[in-house]
Amino acid sequence: MSQTNRLQSGGRIDRSKPLTFTFNGQSLQGYEGDTLASALLANGISLVGRSFKLHRPRGIMGAGAECPNSLVQVGRGAGTIPNLRATQTELYQGLEANSVNCWPSVKFDVNAVTGLFSPLLPAGFYYKTFKWPKSWWDKVYEPRIRKAAGFGKAPTAPDPDRYEKKNRHCDVLVVGGGPAGIAAALEAGRRGARVILCDEQNEFGGSLLANRQFLDGKPGVEWAQEAVAELESLEEVTLLPRTTAFGHYHHGFVSLLERVTDHVGLTSPDRRPRQRQWRVRANQVVLATGAIERPLVFCNNDRPGIMPASAVSTYINRYGVRPGQRAVVFTNNDSAYQTALDLGDHGIDVAAIVDVRPASEEGVLVDRARKEEIPIYSGYAVVDTRGGQHVSGVKVMRLNGRGDGVYGEIHHFDCDLVASSGGWNPVIHLHSHPGGTMRYDESIASFVPDQAVGNTYNAGACNGNFALGGCITEGLSAGATAAAGAGFGSEDIEGAAPATGKQKESPLRPMWRVPSRKPISRAPKQFIDVQNDQTSADVYLAVREGYRSIEHIKRYTAMGFGTDQGKLGNINGAGIAAEALGEDIAKVGTTTFRPAYTPVTMGAFAGRDFGPERFHAVRKTPMHKWHVEHGALFENVGDWKRPWYYPKPGESMREALDRESYQARHAVGVLDASTLGKIDVRGPDAAEFLNRVYTSGWKTMEVGKARYGIMLGEDGMIMDDGVSARIAEDHYHMTTTTGGAARVLGHLEEYLQTEWPELQVYLTSTTDQWAAISLAGPHARDVVEKVVSGIDLSSEAFPFMTWRDGEAAGVPARVFRISFSGELGFEINVQANYGQYVWDAVWEAGQEYGITPYGTETMHILRAEKGFIIAGQDTDGSVNPMDFGMHGLLSKKKDFIGRRSLSRPDAIREDREQFVGLVTVDDPKEIIPEGAQLVEDRNANEAPKPVPLHGYVTSSYYSSTLGHSIALAMVKRGRERMDEVLYAPQADGRVIQCRITSPVFYDPKGERQNV
Amino acid sequence: MLYIQCPWCGWRDESEFGYGGEAHIERPKDPDSVSDAEWADYLFFGSNTRGEFRERWVHSAGCRRWFNAVRDTTTYEFKAFYRMGEEPPGGEQ
Repeated sequence: MSQTNRLQSGGRIDRSKPLTFTFNGQSLQGYEGDTLASALLANGISLVGRSFKLHRPRGIMGAGAECPNSLVQVGRGAGTIPNLRATQTELYQGLEANSVNCWPSVKFDVNAVTGLFSPLLPAGFYYKTFKWPKSWWDKVYEPRIRKAAGFGKAPTAPDPDRYEKKNRHCDVLVVGGGPAGIAAALEAGRRGARVILCDEQNEFGGSLLANRQFLDGKPGVEWAQEAVAELESLEEVTLLPRTTAFGHYHHGFVSLLERVTDHVGLTSPDRRPRQRQWRVRANQVVLATGAIERPLVFCNNDRPGIMPASAVSTYINRYGVRPGQRAVVFTNNDSAYQTALDLGDHGIDVAAIVDVRPASEEGVLVDRARKEEIPIYSGYAVVDTRGGQHVSGVKVMRLNGRGDGVYGEIHHFDCDLVASSGGWNPVIHLHSHPGGTMRYDESIASFVPDQAVGNTYNAGACNGNFALGGCITEGLSAGATAAAGAGFGSEDIEGAAPATGKQKESPLRPMWRVPSRKPISRAPKQFIDVQNDQTSADVYLAVREGYRSIEHIKRYTAMGFGTDQGKLGNINGAGIAAEALGEDIAKVGTTTFRPAYTPVTMGAFAGRDFGPERFHAVRKTPMHKWHVEHGALFENVGDWKRPWYYPKPGESMREALDRESYQARHAVGVLDASTLGKIDVRGPDAAEFLNRVYTSGWKTMEVGKARYGIMLGEDGMIMDDGVSARIAEDHYHMTTTTGGAARVLGHLEEYLQTEWPELQVYLTSTTDQWAAISLAGPHARDVVEKVVSGIDLSSEAFPFMTWRDGEAAGVPARVFRISFSGELGFEINVQANYGQYVWDAVWEAGQEYGITPYGTETMHILRAEKGFIIAGQDTDGSVNPMDFGMHGLLSKKKDFIGRRSLSRPDAIREDREQFVGLVTVDDPKEIIPEGAQLVEDRNANEAPKPVPLHGYVTSSYYSSTLGHSIALAMVKRGRERMDEVLYAPQADGRVIQCRITSPVFYDPKGERQNV
Repeated sequence: MLYIQCPWCGWRDESEFGYGGEAHIERPKDPDSVSDAEWADYLFFGSNTRGEFRERWVHSAGCRRWFNAVRDTTTYEFKAFYRMGEEPPGGEQ
C-alpha cells in the first residue's frame, strides 16, 4: 500500500496532486508540497544511507538544513547532483534518488563490517595509522581510503544547466521569512523602503508552517499568508522564497542562492536558469534566521527513528506524515512536550516522556501532557537504545542529582520513534560571518549574538528569543531600526503586533552528554556528529591527548567536518569538550562560522562566465582574422591572443620556426606588434617626468628621436622596458611590454598623483588605438618604400632609433625605425581600424621579396640571438640593471625611481647572479629546459643535498641561424666566468653540460640593424 | 566585499579599486641624504596598525584617481575618505 504513514488530513501538501518518484529504483508516491524526506517517511522509509566512517545505518533525522544524514544522489548522467539533502529537496514528478555511501545496497553494506572494528578507529586514527611506510601513502592508503570514504558520485559530463548572477542594492535585506522576519519586512516595507525578504523554504512562514500556534486568533500560517500578500502589494519589496543567504560579508554585502527551477525537475522545461546567485549590497541587514533544536547525546543515539523533537512535529504538522507508530519523547526542556501533544493528537502512541529535570510542574505544555495522561518520567534519562536498521526500543534509568550518573532499575520501552530535545541553538552563522561576536546565554544554554558588525540587527529565535510574541516584537523593532537607518522614519515601531497567547515555561536543565552505566570509553557510542561518526569518547580522547582549543579538537576529531557543518552537533560538542576540559562552555566557545551556510553549486558562482570566451576577457588585434586565415597558432600574452607561429601544411613546429627566422634574417619578416603597450605622455613636464621614471637621461633627446629605456621599481629591480619617442617638446609616445602595459600605467599614475602632483603631465593608454606592423630583414626598406609615402627612407635621412610621420597606403602613419631582431627594421603604426588594410598593402608589396609572417616564437629566437631581454621572462622582480650589465643606462646626473636602492649593500654584492649566454657542450641540438638549475658538480644527482646552485636558465631556443641551441641564464658572477662549464641536472637523471658565453650570439657589433 | 566611497565618483564595490598600502609615507626628497637603514625603512617597513589605519586606494576600474581612507583594521569599518593632498581627519598622528 502506498504512503502507509500518511495522515488522513492536515499538512501543507496538496493531496490532489500526487507525484511519482523513485528511491533506489523503487517507484513511490508523494504529494506536491512534500520534500523527498517527507515523502520517504510517508512511505515508511527511514533508512536512507550509511555513515561516513563506520557505515552505520543512517535515517532521516532532521527536517531541514540541519539534517546530517539524508544525503542522496539525485538524477543521473550529466545532470546528476551528489549529496543533496532529502530534507531540502522538493519533490517533483519523476524525481530519481539513490542512497550514497553504501555498497552494494543501503540495507546490506559490505563496509558496515568496519563497525565491528570501530574500537580500532578512534579520533585521530588516520593521523596515527597511515604514517608508515611512506611508500604506501599514495599507492595504498589514499586510493583505498578514498574508495571507502566519500559520499556521492560527481557527474562525468559538463553541467547541462544554466546559472545566473544578479547584483542588487536595497535599503533593508531581511534574511529569514519566519514570524520575526515577516514582521521586520512589514515594518520596513510599509515605510517605502526597498526591502528584500528571502527564505530558504518554498513558502514563507518559518516555524509557523510546522506548529499550531495562533496569532490574532487565527492559525499562524494564515497570519503569515496575509502578511506576505501585503508585502507582495508593496512596490519596493522583493520576495525571494527558495533563497538561502549563504554568506554575509562586510558593509552589508550578502550572497543569496535562489533555487529557481530545482523544484520542477533536473532540466527546466522553460528558459529559466536552474539557480541564481544574488549579490546584494544592503544598507541595513536584519537577520531572522531562527534556531535549530539540538538533540540529546546518549548511547546509540544514531539509529534511524531517533530524531529531534521539532523535526517530528514538522513532519506531522507540515507534511501530514506519521514518523512512527509508538514514540518515546526525551527532553530537558518544555518545548518537546508540544511534540508529545502533536503525536497524541494524531493518534500516535507516546510510551513515555522522559525528562531529565527532577521536577517540571510550571509549564503550560507540561500541564496539558499530564492532562492527556501521557506517562512522564521526571528525573530520568534514556541510557541506551535497541534496534538494527531502525530503533526498536530504549532503556531508561533514574538520573542522579548532579546529572553525571544513572542508577536503579532499567525500564524498557518498545518504540519505533525517539523524539529528543536538548534545547535550541540560535542560528548565529550569518551574524558571525563578518566578525560579529557572541556570548553564552545560560537561560537557553547556548550562544547568542553579542556585538553585530555594521548595520546588522538580529531578531527572534536567532537572537535567543524563542517565544512567538517576542519574536514578532523583535522583528518589528529591527525592521523599524533598519528602516530608520536607511532614512525611512523613526526607530519607533509603527505597526501593531498581533496578539499571541503567553506560555509559561519551566527552565531547561543543560545536559550536554547523558550519562551511561559505563565509563565513556567503554560505553556504547554517544554520537555528537552522526555524519562523521564522532562521539563523546572521541572528544574525551582528544582532550586526553592534549588538545585544549575547540578549533583543534574539531580538527582532530573531524567533528562538524561534514556537509552539514555540525549544525546539529557542534554546540553539544563544545559542551562535551568543556566537560572534558573541566572548563566553562562560555570560555570554550564555538568553532568559527564561515560561509557558506549550506553548500552552493559551483555553477552558481560561475553564472554565465565560463568557458574559453567568457571566463576571461580576450583581446584580439585588428589583424587577428588574417592570422587565423593564414594558419597561425596562438599564444596567450596577458589577455592578448598573439600569433605564436604559422606552420604550413605538413610542417613541424621546428621547421616552421626555422623557415620564419631564415626569412627574417635573409629576406623580410612581418610581425603583428599591435599588442605592445602604448602610453601617450603629454604636458609641459613630460620630459621631466620621463627623466624620473626611466633610468637614463631623456631631457636632451630631440623631437623625432626614440630611445630604449628601462623602468625600475623603488626597490631597484627591473619592472619593465620599452622604446619611447619624442613626438613634440611636450609629447612622448611610450611603449611597454605587452603584458606590463596596465601595470606600468598604474605605476606612472601612482607617482604622478601621490608623489609628484606638482608635475603637469597627462597619461592616456593608446594600446588599442594603434595597429603596429613590424618589418624586419634586409628587404624591410624595399617593402616600406612601396607602401609608405611622404618620408625619405634613406639611412641618412631616417637613421636607426628615429621616427617620421607619413602615409602608409594613403593612411596617416607614424613610422619608427627600431629593431627587436637585430635586422634592419621598421614599425608602421596606423590608426587601429586601418590596421588590416595597411597590413594587406604591406603583404602585397612584400610578395616579390618573399615576405613571411612570423609569430612570437620566432621573435623570441631572433631577440635571444641578439641577447635582448624580455622583461618578465629574463627578469623576475629580483634582478637589477647591473645584473644585466646595463650600467650605461644608469644616469648619474639625476634621481630616478629605484636609484637609491641600487647602492644598497645587497644590490652591490659581488656574488650576484649576472646575465650570460649558454651553449651546450655535447649535443649542439639539445635545448636546455627553461628554468633548469645550474651547478658545478657533474654528479649533482647523486651528491648529498643541497647542492650549491650557481644559476638558472631564463630563456632557451634552437637557433637555426647559428646551427645550435642557445640559452640565456643568470649565473653567479657570470661575466667573470666566460667559457667555464656548468651542469644542468635533469629530473630524468640526464646531466646537460653547458658552457658560459656572451649573451650576444649574433652580430655582436650591431651592424645589421644600422644599414 | 568592502564598500568604498571614491571622493570623485561616490560609493562603489571593492572590485573597482586597487589597494595601495599605508598612506602618508613620503618618498624622501633627497634619497642620497638618507642612510641605507632609513631607505630600507621607507621601502619595506609599514606600521602594521591594529585599529584605525590610514591607507591608500586607487579607483583603478573607474576614474583612476588615488585617494586616502581611514579604516579600522579590526572591524574593516571605514571612518573617512579624503582626497590626495587633503589633511587626514584628526590631523597629524
